[in-house]
Amino acid sequence: MPAPGSGELQLSIEGLVKRYPGSEQNAVDGVSLGVHAGEIFGLLGPNGAGKTSTISVAATRARPTAGRVTLAGVDVVAHGSLARRRLGVVTQVNTLDRSLSVGENLYFHCRFFGLSRREAKQRSSDLLEHFDLAHRRHDRVDRLSGGLAQRAQLARALAHRPSVLFLDEPTAWLDPQSRLALWELIRNLRERERLAVVLTTHSMDEADRLCDRVAIMDHGRILVCDTPEALKRSVATAATVELRLKAPPSPRLFQQLEALHGVEGVLAEENRVKVLTSARDGLVPQLIAKVGSGLLDLSVSETTLENVFISLTGRKLRD
Amino acid sequence: MTETPTATTLSESGAHGGAQHRYGNLRAEQWRIISASFAALIARDLRVLMHMPSTFLLRTVLNPLMFVFVFTYLYPHIGAARFGQIAGQSLATVALPGLVASAIFFQGLTAVALPLSMEFGATREIEDRVMAPVPYALAAAAKVCFSALQSLLAAAIVFPLVYLIPATPIHIQIASWSTLVLAAVMGSLLAGFLGLLLGTVVEIRKISIVFAVAVVPLTFLGCVYYPWASLHAVRWVQIVVLANPLVYLSEALRAALTPTLPHMATWASLPTLTVLTVAIAWAATKTFTRRVLA
Repeated sequence: MPAPGSGELQLSIEGLVKRYPGSEQNAVDGVSLGVHAGEIFGLLGPNGAGKTSTISVAATRARPTAGRVTLAGVDVVAHGSLARRRLGVVTQVNTLDRSLSVGENLYFHCRFFGLSRREAKQRSSDLLEHFDLAHRRHDRVDRLSGGLAQRAQLARALAHRPSVLFLDEPTAWLDPQSRLALWELIRNLRERERLAVVLTTHSMDEADRLCDRVAIMDHGRILVCDTPEALKRSVATAATVELRLKAPPSPRLFQQLEALHGVEGVLAEENRVKVLTSARDGLVPQLIAKVGSGLLDLSVSETTLENVFISLTGRKLRD
Repeated sequence: MTETPTATTLSESGAHGGAQHRYGNLRAEQWRIISASFAALIARDLRVLMHMPSTFLLRTVLNPLMFVFVFTYLYPHIGAARFGQIAGQSLATVALPGLVASAIFFQGLTAVALPLSMEFGATREIEDRVMAPVPYALAAAAKVCFSALQSLLAAAIVFPLVYLIPATPIHIQIASWSTLVLAAVMGSLLAGFLGLLLGTVVEIRKISIVFAVAVVPLTFLGCVYYPWASLHAVRWVQIVVLANPLVYLSEALRAALTPTLPHMATWASLPTLTVLTVAIAWAATKTFTRRVLA
């Protein structure tokens, strides 16, 4: 298998600006990026960062205020319907057609894309088999669990053989097990189909473990874009220190911890305290000294993309 | 979902045989795909209808069936044979074109507005159809075309019903096939586009109220049970009802089916029907596209 991202450029976004009518701010504020065949590209950021707006424009569902988006060489504004033949979309919520069965959803999707009756039947059968949905073929889609519905949506998005696949928060509502299973499917697709996959997420774990490259977005802008490893290396000293105390921390202790040099944020849940740091050198002894005899346990986690985000914005991802 | 399906390749041989080759002919194929896609959008609506043919029949048949049963079958039997007579013609004759018109009109309105408002609402299940590789206006037009077919089918079902049930004699003569066909087709499209407009503008939680509030006055003031000309006795009503598109459809059908009864001249009803259809189609396509495109 060629290295991820070594394929041809499938999605190109140049200087994209999107401002919604009546809004004072740009939802997307000058975003440029390129995604290649065989690459999983993640847009990571908090709600309102402009991730979904970016892919809405690329998926022909929103008109750009400025900038240019081409999909496999096709301008998405000038040739919307042609572009739609080259892209597949999986949305966060289940948008499967409730009036049709699982099998009919796939069949009619194929027909929408010009496949003959026979081809559409064959293709939807193949997809049902491949995505392990054959036994649910005749079921109504509102009977599907969240994980199965996402699998059916993925099958549908791929039915017309797109070259770019957009996944908008694909695992946001899934249980951990379904999430892992969907990740596995997406990885396989990337490898076997040489698809360019663009996914939005506010889960740093998802971005870290699934994506070949990650663009961290905030306020409509891309703050930084690189492989997850390179991003984490860039803030090598950052870490999360977790303290387990005998009792929930007093407001005073809370303030003292927050005041320490290198501490970016303190989160408390019952007697557990998460200290997010940007520079942990020499910090752990200071933390221990502050907490004193109230400390039961302490652990230091490795650098995550959340640390990267904090060091870039001074805020937590979930703020 | 616990199991991870095995990863075998989804693409048959040739599907990925070089991107150049794969996409080289796409543009040339675009028109074939657009027409196939348009047909498939209609086929999807047909499949959904076939899942529940009884809903179609009930919403088509029930209202005219009850009307003709009570007013043109029961009334003559209980000694009110002259009820609703106009220009010496029985109510059955007077109301037949109107009932066909209202069947066309409300079939189209319901077939488009109710599902559309739902699909644009919470479930957003319209998504896959608007992502079909056709311009958004065509996806909307497919919806309206199929609803127009349903309207015409409704007319074909209601016609024999209101012709056969009445106990009083009914006088129908087709004065003009062209007027009949033109009015029925134009009325069907008008109803579909009006449904499109309502379905894209009215929120899901308000759509049933809008329907309940709109259907009754539109029917009762739609020249369904009386000809427009007979309203000259109450001049202000005659003027007010001109705002109701159903009036022009009822009157055009009246001109085609019951020419001996007073009716609006076709030079007035048909062009007005056409202008209204075009205007509503234009507005509805705009609101549909606005709803789809952020």
